Amino acid sequence: MDIHEYQAKEILSGYGVKIAEGGMAYSPEEAVQRARDIGGHIWAVKAQIHSGARGKAGGIKICKTHDEVEAAAEALLGKRLITHQTGPAGKVCGRLYVEAGTDIVKEMYFCFLVDRSSERIVMVGSAQGGMEIEELAENNPDAITKIYIEPAVGLQDYQAREMAFALGLDPELLSHAVKTIRGCYRALRELDASMLEINPLVVTRSNELVALDAKMGFDDNALFRQQKISELRDKTQEDPREMAAADRGLSYVGLDGDIGCMINGAGLAMATMDMIKLAGGEPANFLDVGGGASAERTEKAFRLVLADKGVKAMLVNIFAGINRCDWIAEGVVEAVKKIDMKIPLIVRLSGTNVEEGRRIIAESGLPIITAETLAEAAEKAVQARNEAVAKEAAQGA
Amino acid sequence: MAILIDETTRIIVQGFTGKIGSFHAQDMINYGSNVVGGITPGKGGQTHLGLPVFNTVKEAVREVGAEASIIFVPPAFAADSIMEAADAGIKYCVAITDGIPTQDMMTVKNFLRRSPVEQRMILTGPNCAGTISPGRAMLGIMPGHIYMRGNVGIVGRSGTLGYEAADQMKRLNIGISTSVGIGGDPINGSSHRDILEKFEADPETKVIVMIGEIGGPQEVEAGIFAKEHMSKPVIAYIAGLTAPEGRRMGHAGAIISSAGESAAEKVAILKELGVTICPTPAAMGETVAAVLARL
Repeated sequence: MDIHEYQAKEILSGYGVKIAEGGMAYSPEEAVQRARDIGGHIWAVKAQIHSGARGKAGGIKICKTHDEVEAAAEALLGKRLITHQTGPAGKVCGRLYVEAGTDIVKEMYFCFLVDRSSERIVMVGSAQGGMEIEELAENNPDAITKIYIEPAVGLQDYQAREMAFALGLDPELLSHAVKTIRGCYRALRELDASMLEINPLVVTRSNELVALDAKMGFDDNALFRQQKISELRDKTQEDPREMAAADRGLSYVGLDGDIGCMINGAGLAMATMDMIKLAGGEPANFLDVGGGASAERTEKAFRLVLADKGVKAMLVNIFAGINRCDWIAEGVVEAVKKIDMKIPLIVRLSGTNVEEGRRIIAESGLPIITAETLAEAAEKAVQARNEAVAKEAAQGA
Repeated sequence: MAILIDETTRIIVQGFTGKIGSFHAQDMINYGSNVVGGITPGKGGQTHLGLPVFNTVKEAVREVGAEASIIFVPPAFAADSIMEAADAGIKYCVAITDGIPTQDMMTVKNFLRRSPVEQRMILTGPNCAGTISPGRAMLGIMPGHIYMRGNVGIVGRSGTLGYEAADQMKRLNIGISTSVGIGGDPINGSSHRDILEKFEADPETKVIVMIGEIGGPQEVEAGIFAKEHMSKPVIAYIAGLTAPEGRRMGHAGAIISSAGESAAEKVAILKELGVTICPTPAAMGETVAAVLARL
């Protein structure tokens, strides 16, 4: 789960990390009020969306008058911002963060994340800030310092000092840097964050170390014990279909293709999507219905897939383990009858009680296309999709 | 031989008397696994499914000589159960539980590493379907009947995709020595590489199929190990060609978050390392057959 910059800053501020003065705004009037409250002569009006690289997408505006703050807020609120992290659909900005302008002397990159290779938390820093870490890793990998944290004893002061020196910080700032780094580490551990990024971390004209941006991501598996973090969820930043799926205990990811999928198991789901692609089609979604695909669950899954109006054909691929093919077949037949499906449906069943499952589908009298193997299922789905598209085109003409 | 488990392995079930634990314990017993008891704290002394229930894993090790354990404990308590098994001297543990916090798994891995390698408990999972040595023992939740006994080792992250592989092979009359699910989480007990090492040492296993997916470094690490330390052929399929960057595809660990983690990149690197690539998930059976025919 991701949170907004202003939320991450509020959390980190509580852990001793220095941030610029700022406040939230949901309207241009509020934005101006925040600027007044903060005082001074320069403000940053920042779009709050769940993505990095907001600056490049035009989501951060530097303003020198209250009129400029108002204009910036008007321009940003409701705007769809597209970055390489949001994908082509972008994310709509519904909240702003108005922050005091900072006089920057030096910009650095700093983050903590869970490193899968060493199975430890790694602290990553670079004296060259402001750039995306991916760019930096590609262009100048030597400029990146990585320090691994031993889980049993946690971050040590010497490691924080090593990082401070790697960031090229003035020795005068050393104790402040150690405090900042330690604070970030404590936040990560105590709140079950999976990543915490400050890009840029800056030194100001008045020689202070300030987190100019902040990004935190949390381990979904740990949210059960992080009630306060769960409450920070901003549902407007998430795909409504994915949220609806999660509420129903299904795992769904919307994609750009037009062949809808319902599969049990994440690996088999990915593999089935691969087969669709190899057969010349494009999957409309990833959908793992999990182990216990009851009739009720099957119907919910069907409704979810078909809610995407771009779907031209639907493929069901179930390898029954704990499950039984006959139960799934019954669920599918029931769902199709209830929903009054208009698009072609391809069903491939395998595993426990497969014969009985196939018999139920065959005897249902429904126009369900069946397949025995994974390859056959994908080919038939692509063929049915192509026929449906051709038919639509003919009707259109 | 097979790896990790056989018909003699003395198995206990942690989370024995719960609904899920009971169901799968019975299924494993029906398959012929040597289940000798189970753990449910507070229910020690009772009998369940005709087997003794213990309060602690230590008691089960002492009383019935438990060697392997399978965990059906809810996510919030699963890390604790894994560490209890390790501390009691269990040699091999399968964690089925899906949803264990990543930082808990970091603690577990650190806890396991305190023991010298030769005494260290082997953990597979969490978030996996378990391990089966067909015809001998099942320590998992898979449909046992789809696996035929033979000489191909399977290691994979996904449950159902592993079933698909076993099924394709069975249709071609190809059997399996052991199939190991290592699970879909970002930090797991054993890596692909760890399991390849066991298959390399197993005289019965002739060929290994590695079923990987997007996210993380493990498939590439396994490829490097295969090139440098293995005499047996390794076949790999990597799921997730169509997966977009930065999106989690069901498994907590199935997310492309840095360079080298996409399916296309992993395939290219593995190919270069001499691993036989299975071009499509529908060709797992025939690719194994072709490799076996060349031996």
